[in-house]
Amino acid sequence: MTTVTLHYFALLREQRGQSSESLATAAATAAALYAELAQRHGFTLPVTHVRVAINGEFAAWDTALRTGDELVFIPPVAGG
Amino acid sequence: MTFRISSEPLDPNALAAQLLDLRAGAYVEFQGRVRNHNEGQPVHALEYEAYTALAEKEGARIVAEVAARLPILGAACIHRVGRLELGELAVWVGVTSAHRAAAFEACRAIIDETKARVPIWKKEHYASGASGWINCATAGPAAATRITPPAPR
Repeated sequence: MTTVTLHYFALLREQRGQSSESLATAAATAAALYAELAQRHGFTLPVTHVRVAINGEFAAWDTALRTGDELVFIPPVAGG
Repeated sequence: MTFRISSEPLDPNALAAQLLDLRAGAYVEFQGRVRNHNEGQPVHALEYEAYTALAEKEGARIVAEVAARLPILGAACIHRVGRLELGELAVWVGVTSAHRAAAFEACRAIIDETKARVPIWKKEHYASGASGWINCATAGPAAATRITPPAPR
């Protein structure tokens, strides 16, 4: 198991019902973790509409998770 | 060269003063304000949220990329977060250059790239009491927003 910290924003924060959490997961990659959480919490955004940041930088979905990682799933942006 | 997220109201005159440069014959500014409608619906207020650490990092990259491509002297972009009322300033971009063409083009590029790349989200609150996160619709590509019905009274 890998223990990671997650921070949620915008629609995902509302669907998760909280801004952050620490959790232990068997997911090997960021994509697998998103799939796991999407199913558990009913996230409506398909992974194709979401980006991931790991430790403060955009990352590839197939990045392997390591204990201590901080992840943010990034819904479609809408600044301006 | 600056990119910043602000939870405080923006003062365009103070921001413009920071870009004073006697080498600059051109100063171009963009103000993005809260509009009272979107996609045919009356809008009541907006709420902006940002992943500030990454937003400022990505925003700084945008300003640096534009400065590397165009002969500009100075550039800054500041984006608000929090709840904004109609007419309030949501985003401000200022660019200086010796001649106008580069300043116009750089200003346009900075706001366009900011909208496309920086992790900032916008929730519209409609006059009907409903609200929705822009670009987060999942009903289909044509829908711009996912509408949450108003809470029962």
